[in-house]
Amino acid sequence: MSTPEAEVSPETSDTSKMQVSDEVVIRIKDMHKWYGAFHVLKNINLEVNRGERIVICGPSGSGKSTMIRCINRLEEHQQGDIIVDDVELTNDLKNIDAIRREVGMVFQHFNLFPHLTVLENCALAPIWVKQQPRAEAEATAMKYLERVKIPEQADKFPGQLSGGQQQRVAIARSLCMNPRIMLFDEPTSALDPEMIKEVLDVMIELAQEGMTMLCVTHEMGFAKTVANRVIFMDGGEIIEQNEPHEFFDNPQHERTQLFLSQILAH
Amino acid sequence: MSSVVEEGKTYEPGTYPDLPPPPSTVGIVGWVRENLLSSTTNIVITVLTLYFLWVILPPSINWLFLNAVFEGASRDECRAIMREAGASGACWAFIGHRFELFVYGFYPVEERWRVDLSFILMLAAIVPVLWDKTPQRGKMMIGSALAPFVIGWLLIGGFGLETVPTDKFGGFMLTLVIGVTGIVGSLPLGIALALGRQSHLPALRIVCVVFIEFIRGVPLITLLFVASTMLNYFLPPGTTFDLLLRVLIMVTLFAAAYLAEVVRGGLQAIPKGQIEAADAMGLKYWQSMRLIILPQALKISIPGIVNTFIGLYKDTTLVIIIGLFDPLGVGRASLADTKWQGLSTEVYVFVAIFFFVSCIAMSRYSLYLEKKLHTGH
Ligand SMILES: Nc1ncnc2c1ncn2[C@@H]1O[C@H](COP(=O)(O)OP(=O)(O)OP(=O)(O)O)[C@@H](O)[C@H]1O
Ligand SMILES: [Mg+2]
Repeated sequence: MSTPEAEVSPETSDTSKMQVSDEVVIRIKDMHKWYGAFHVLKNINLEVNRGERIVICGPSGSGKSTMIRCINRLEEHQQGDIIVDDVELTNDLKNIDAIRREVGMVFQHFNLFPHLTVLENCALAPIWVKQQPRAEAEATAMKYLERVKIPEQADKFPGQLSGGQQQRVAIARSLCMNPRIMLFDEPTSALDPEMIKEVLDVMIELAQEGMTMLCVTHEMGFAKTVANRVIFMDGGEIIEQNEPHEFFDNPQHERTQLFLSQILAH
Repeated sequence: MSSVVEEGKTYEPGTYPDLPPPPSTVGIVGWVRENLLSSTTNIVITVLTLYFLWVILPPSINWLFLNAVFEGASRDECRAIMREAGASGACWAFIGHRFELFVYGFYPVEERWRVDLSFILMLAAIVPVLWDKTPQRGKMMIGSALAPFVIGWLLIGGFGLETVPTDKFGGFMLTLVIGVTGIVGSLPLGIALALGRQSHLPALRIVCVVFIEFIRGVPLITLLFVASTMLNYFLPPGTTFDLLLRVLIMVTLFAAAYLAEVVRGGLQAIPKGQIEAADAMGLKYWQSMRLIILPQALKISIPGIVNTFIGLYKDTTLVIIIGLFDPLGVGRASLADTKWQGLSTEVYVFVAIFFFVSCIAMSRYSLYLEKKLHTGH
C-alpha cells in the first residue's frame, strides 16, 4: 500500500466518459456462504449497474475475495440469489458457462499459463470457448496486447516477463473474451511499487472506456480517481458503501474509520 | 576482445576494453582444473576413478572384443581357438548361431519378414510422436495411431496372411511387443486413473483408488500367474483367451497403476490458480485438463514416467516364469544345447547390452524432452 495519490497521473483522471446506466448487471440478494461451519459471507445484498466502477476494501479475511469469486462461481454460495446479466447462478452448467463468458477475472498472482506464450495465453479462450479461428483470435490478442502496451512481448513465455508485464498480459487475456464485467482481486498487491502504476494505468483506461468493474484493492488513489462507489467489508458483511469522497472524508461506521486510519497511516 | 592491453597502462573511466579470460580458466586445461582437480576431495575422487577404470576397462575390452571368438561351430571350437591364442575371451560364435532365435523366437522362418516390417513400421510411427518438428506432423500422427493395428495384423496374421499363434513369439521381438504395448497402453490409462483419483465424484474416486492400491500392492509375478492360470476360473468354461494377450493386459494395468501415482504427483504440483484462471475464462473441465493442467503436470512428471517405463520394459523378462520365451528364455533354452553348454556369461552379457541400449535411449530422450519443454518458470 504505497502513497495513493502519487500513483495516478492527473491527465488520466478524466471521468467524463464514465457513464453509469440504469441497467442492473449484477444483483446479489440475501446471499450467504459457509466454509464448512464457518459463516464467511453474511447476508450480502449488492446491485451493480452497467458502467459502475466499484472498489471493495476491508481487512484481511473479511471475505472480499470470496464475494467476488462467487460472482463467477469460482466459489459456490449456499443461500440467496446471484443474478448476472439476467442469468441466475445455479448449479446449471449452462448458466455458469454463460456467466463466465460475460465476466472476466484478474487475479492477485496473475495465473498466466507458464507453458504457453503470451500470445497463446491470450488466444486460448477465444479459440476453445468461442470457437474463433486461430488467426482471428490471435489478431484480437495482438490488439489487446497493444492496448496494455506490450505487443513486443507476444512470443515470450510468462516466466520471462516482469510482474507488472505479467499482470498486464493477464488483463489483456481477460479482455480477449470481450467481457462486459471485469473482476479484479487485488491486482497490484503482488507487485513491486514501480510496477503498480503501469497496471493501474491500464485499469484506469479500461474504466474510462465504460467497463463495469468490481475491484478488490487497497489502492486508495485508484479508488478516488475512478470508483463511483466504495464498499467496505468486515467479518463477511458489507458494513458501509458510499461514493468515494463521502466514503473517505466522512466514514459513517466506526470500523470503517478504524480501517481507513490504519491504511492511510502508511 | 581483440584489443591488446599493455602492462601497467591506465585507461580513462568508461574506456576499459573487454579482455579475454585468463588461459587457465578456459579450454581443456580450464575444464580439467574446474571439474577434476578443484579440491583435495575432488583430486582423490579423480585418482580413484582412474584407478577403477584402469582395473575394469582393459580386461573387459579384451574379453568382449580383442580375445573374443566370433566364428565357430561349438564351444569346443571356441576353446581351441582361444587356447591357441593363449587368451580367454567371449565366445560370440554362440550368440551368432542363435541370433535369429534371440530376435524372432520361434516365429516361422518364411514369415519373419512380417516381424521386420512391423519393426520398421513401429520406428516410423514413433518419429512423429517423439519429434515435434516432423513435417506434416498432424497427418503423420494419424498414421501413428493406426500403426498398432497394422502391426498387430502383421504379427498375428489372418485376413489374407497366414496366422501365427502367439506362442511362437519370442526373443527381442516378444520384449518389444510387451514393452511397447505396455507403454502405449499404460500412459493414457495411468492419466485417466490419476484424474479419476482426484475427481469430485466419490464413486469414480473410490474405483480408481481401489484399483491403484490393489495393483500396486501385488507383485507383478503374481499378476502374471493370475493371468496364466487363475483367469480360467473366472472365465466361462470353454472360452480360450490368448496367454500373450493376458500378459499384455496385466503388464499394462500394472504400469498404469504406477503411472497414475506419478502423474498424480505432477497434478498436485500445479497451483490452484491455474484451474481457477481456466474456469474463469469459461474452459470446460476436459479443455482445462488437456490444454492447461496435463501439459504442465506431465512435464513435471517426465522423470517419473520414464522411470516407470524403463521398469516396465525390464520387467518383461518376468514372463519367462510363465513359459514365454523372452530373450532370457531363449538364452536358457540355448544353454541346454550340449554343443554350447557353459556359455551363460555370453548370453547374459548379450541380453544385458540389448536392454541397456534400449533403456539408455529412453532415458536420453526424456532429458532432451525436459530441456525442450523448459520455458523459464
Ligand atoms: N477454501 C477455504 N476454506 C475455508 N476457509 C476459507 C477458504 N478460503 C477462505 N477461507 C476463509 O474465509 C475468510 C475470507 O477469506 P477471503 O479470502 O475472502 O478474505 P479476503 O477479504 O479476500 O482477505 P485478503 O485481503 O487477505 O485477501 C478467511 O477467514 C479465510 O480464512
Ligand atoms: Mg483476498
